Amino acid sequence: MSEPLRPAADWELASMIASFASRNQPIEIVGNRTKARVGRPMQTAATITTQSLRGIKLYEPTELVMSAQAGTPLAQIEAELAGNRQMLAFEPIDLGPATGGVAGVQSVGGVFAANLSGPRRVTAGAARDHLIGVKGVNGRSEVFKSGGRVMKNVTGYDIARGLAGSWGTLAVMTELTFKVLPWPESATTLVYAGLPDEFAIELLCAAMGTPYEVSGAAHLSAGLSRRLGHSSLAAAGAALTAVRVENFTQSVAYRKQRLADVLSAYGAPIELDYGETLAFWGELRQLRVLSDMPSCLWRISTSPRNGPKVVAAIRRHMTAEAYYDWSGGLVWLEVPASADAGASDIRRAVAVHGGHATLIRADPQVRSSVDVFQPQTPTLERLTRNLKAAFDPQGILNPGRMYAGV
Amino acid sequence: MGRAIEAGHDFVQRQSRSSLYDRGRQNRHKNETRMQQKPPDQRACKSRRRGSETMSHIELPAPDSAIVARREAIVADLVALVGAGTVVADEDGRRAFETDALTAYRCMPLAVVLPRTTDEVSRVLRYCYENNVRVVPRGAGTSLCGGALPAEDAIVIGVSKMNRVIEIDYEARFARVEAGITNLAISAAVSERGYFYAPDPSSQLACTLAGNIAMNSGGAHCLKYGVTTNNILGVRMVLITGEVVDIGGAHLDADGYDLLGLVVGSEGQFGIVTEATVRIIRAAEGARPMLIGFGSSEQAGRCVSAIIASGIIPVAIEFMDKPAIDVCESFAHAGYPLDVEALLIVEVEGSEAEIEGFLAQIRDIAAPFGPTHVMISNGPIQSAKIWKGRKSAFGAIGRISDYYCMDGTIPLSRLPQVLTSISAICARHGLKVANIFHAGDGNLHPLILYNANDPAESERAEIAGAEILTLCVEVGGCLTGEHGVGIEKRDLMRVQFSDVDLALQMRIKAAFDPAWLLNPGKVFPLDAAGGGLGQAA
Repeated sequence: MSEPLRPAADWELASMIASFASRNQPIEIVGNRTKARVGRPMQTAATITTQSLRGIKLYEPTELVMSAQAGTPLAQIEAELAGNRQMLAFEPIDLGPATGGVAGVQSVGGVFAANLSGPRRVTAGAARDHLIGVKGVNGRSEVFKSGGRVMKNVTGYDIARGLAGSWGTLAVMTELTFKVLPWPESATTLVYAGLPDEFAIELLCAAMGTPYEVSGAAHLSAGLSRRLGHSSLAAAGAALTAVRVENFTQSVAYRKQRLADVLSAYGAPIELDYGETLAFWGELRQLRVLSDMPSCLWRISTSPRNGPKVVAAIRRHMTAEAYYDWSGGLVWLEVPASADAGASDIRRAVAVHGGHATLIRADPQVRSSVDVFQPQTPTLERLTRNLKAAFDPQGILNPGRMYAGV
Repeated sequence: MGRAIEAGHDFVQRQSRSSLYDRGRQNRHKNETRMQQKPPDQRACKSRRRGSETMSHIELPAPDSAIVARREAIVADLVALVGAGTVVADEDGRRAFETDALTAYRCMPLAVVLPRTTDEVSRVLRYCYENNVRVVPRGAGTSLCGGALPAEDAIVIGVSKMNRVIEIDYEARFARVEAGITNLAISAAVSERGYFYAPDPSSQLACTLAGNIAMNSGGAHCLKYGVTTNNILGVRMVLITGEVVDIGGAHLDADGYDLLGLVVGSEGQFGIVTEATVRIIRAAEGARPMLIGFGSSEQAGRCVSAIIASGIIPVAIEFMDKPAIDVCESFAHAGYPLDVEALLIVEVEGSEAEIEGFLAQIRDIAAPFGPTHVMISNGPIQSAKIWKGRKSAFGAIGRISDYYCMDGTIPLSRLPQVLTSISAICARHGLKVANIFHAGDGNLHPLILYNANDPAESERAEIAGAEILTLCVEVGGCLTGEHGVGIEKRDLMRVQFSDVDLALQMRIKAAFDPAWLLNPGKVFPLDAAGGGLGQAA
C-alpha cells in the first residue's frame, strides 16, 4: 500500500475525502496506528492519517478544559497537563502492548474515537463523558463542529458524544475539546490476596458503596497477577483485588483507614504507597498483564455483580484469565486461540447475564469471520446504518471496521 | 441541592396562577383571545408576544389542516387503541397541556394521551406513524424553552403516569425506573441506603426523568457529578414506528455507536423514552457551604478560578450579584451580606474533619482577592438558611417583577467582561438585570426584569435576551447550558452553528424519525433546509 496521506488542515482533509468520494473509493482512517489490529479487517484504496494534525490549541487550567488536534500524541497532552498538576480523569487505557504494539504512542483522536477509558472510569466517567466539543470532516467532505469549550452545553444534539467510540467510521475528528481534572495530591491502594472471583467482586462493590470515593476497583486472576511488574505482588502468586483511594493527603489517610475497617472481613490488605499506586494502576492502564500472544483477548461489559457469573459460565468451555475492572463491570478475558476465538460460547454467556463482548485481539482471519463488535438487534442495526448514512452516505470511511456494510 | 426549589416554585406559580409574573402573562393571554374573537380551540397557535422579527415573535409551524379536520376520527382511533381513560380529548382537559414553563406560548393539542405502559406508547406511536400524525412528547411540562409546547395538529403523549421504580441494585449501583418518575423521587427511593441520583435540576420536585433525558438537564451538583448524560446507563425507547429498542443497560458502556449519547439531549425528537437505567451514587458523609462576599464581580470571578486551580473541586460554586443578593435576602433572611457586590456560595463534601479542612483551604485561597465577608456555616441550620436564599432566588425575584430567565454558558475567564456587557445591554434597553450563576461550570442565568403588561418592554426584554445569548457564543460559550433549545432559542441556532452543522444534526434526526413527526418545529430554525419539519438536504 502507498504511503498514507497526511492532511495538515481541515480543508486539506476535506478535499482528500472529496476526491475519494468522487471515485467512490474507501479510505482507512488512522492516527498512529496503535489500534490497527483491532476491528474487522478492511479493504481500502488509501490511508489517511491524522499525524500532521498536531498540537494543543487551547489549555485553560482554571477552566479545566483543553483543545487539541486529533493527531496530537496522548503523551504530549498528559505531559502538558501534568505540568499543571492536572490529568485526563478517565485514565485512558493503551491497547498497544496487548495488541502487539508498543505503549505510549497513541494519539488523542484515537483515544476518543475508540472511547478508551481506564480504571477511574468507575467513578469519573468514560472518555465520552469528558468529550465536550469536536471539529471534524464527515464522509460528505463537509467540515463540521459540535459542542464547544464549555462543560455545560445542550445547544443542539450531542454529536461529539455520538462520535466517541465510532472508530473512524462516521467522520474524521480533527480537533477535540475535553474536560480535565486536578491530579490528586495523594493516593493509596489496598490489595487483598487470594480471594475467589465472586468474593473479590463482592468486596469491590462493597468498597464502591462507601462514601470514601474509591477511584479504582480491580481484580486480577492469579495467572495475570504473576505477570505484574511489581515484584512482591507478582511473587504472591495469588489472585489480587485492589481498591484505590485518591484525594488530598489527609483525606487519603482517613479514608484508607475507614475503608480497611469496612472491608476487614476480607482479610488484612497489602498497602501500596503513592508511588507504588501510580505504578500498579499505570500497568493496568497499559494492559501489560494481557500481552500473552497468541491467545485471544475479549473485552466484556456487564453489570458489576454479573462479571464473575459471565466468567464462570465461559470457564465451563475454555480456560480463561480474567482482569476485572470497574468493580466487576468490565472484564478483560484472555482465552486460548481458536477458529472463532471462543465467540459463540462467550456471547452465549453474555446473553444470559446481560452486556456485550468485543473481540480485541485475534488473527485477521478470525476477525474477518466472527463478529468483532457485539451483533445488534435488527432495529438497532437499522439505526446504526441510518446514522452511518447521515455522516457517510457512500460508506467510504473505515468501511466494515465495526460491522459488515457499515 | 442548591436550586431544588426555584423551578419547583415556578411550577407552583404556573399551577396556582398566583404570581405577578404569571398574572401578567395570563392577562395578555386573555386580551389576545378577546382580540382574536375566535373560540380558543380554533385560533391559530401563535405566540403571545409581539414585535421584532429577531426573537420576540417565535413562529409556530402552520398546522396540517387535513389532520386538524380529522380530529374526531383520530380521537376515536386513539380511544380504541388505548381506552378512553388514557385519552384526554375534551377542551378543559386539553387546556391543562396547552403550554409548559414557557407560558407565553400556548397551543391546544389535537388530543392528549397519558399511557401507563411502554406497549401503549408503542401502539399510539405506530398509529401516528401510519397516519402521519405529529407527536409532542411531554414529561411534567416544566421546560423553560417551550420544549413541550403542543401543536394544533399534534397529539401530546405524556409519560407522567409511568412513574414506577422497577429495580434498585445497590451492589451494582443502578436503579431502573419508568421515565415518568420525577427526578427527586429517584433520589428519595434510594436515600434510605445513603444513595442519590446526581443531576438535580431546579425543577426536580416536579420534572420527570424523561424530560431530563430529553434536555440533558444539569443542576447545582454537576460540577462534581456531571449532567444527565453522564448518569444514564440505558434507556428503553419507543421509535416513531412503534418499535421498542433497548439502548445500553446496567453496564457502564453501551455497545456500538453511542446512541445513548445522542438520545440524551435530543429534545424528544428521536423517540419516547419509557424506561431508564440510571447510576446511583453513595452520598458523601456530609456537606457544608460557606459564603464569600466581594467588592466586585471581577474579584469573585478570579476567586472561582483560583479555587479550581488549587485542585479542590467543590460540589457547588454559586454566584449572585448585588441585585440578586438584595432580593433574596429580603425574601429569605438568609444572612447574606448586603454591602457586597458579589457573593459566592461554595459547598464541599466529606467527613466533618475533611469539610473543616477544605473550607479553611478555600478561605485561604480567597484571601488575596480581598473578600469583605466570609462566613463558614456552623451547622445544618445555618447551611439550610444559606441555601434557602439561593433556592428562593427565582421565586423571590418573581415576586417583585416579571423576569426572563436566560441560560447561556461562558468560559469562566470571560466572566467580568460578560457581566459588564450584560449590564450595558440591559441598560441600553432600559431594563434591570439580576445575575445568578453556576460559577464552577460557567452556566449563567441572567434574569432580565420587565413588565409583562407592557408589550414594548416585553419585546425589549426578548431582544436584550437574544443579545446576551449572542454575546455568550461570541466569547466562546453557548446558547443554552441546561434548559435546551426548544422553540425559545431555535431561531438563534445559526449564531452558534453553520448551515452544514445544522444540516448534519437534521440528518441525524431523520436517522431516528425519517418523517419528522416527533416534536416538530423545535430546535432548528423553520427556514433551515427542510423547514425544520422535513427531510434535510
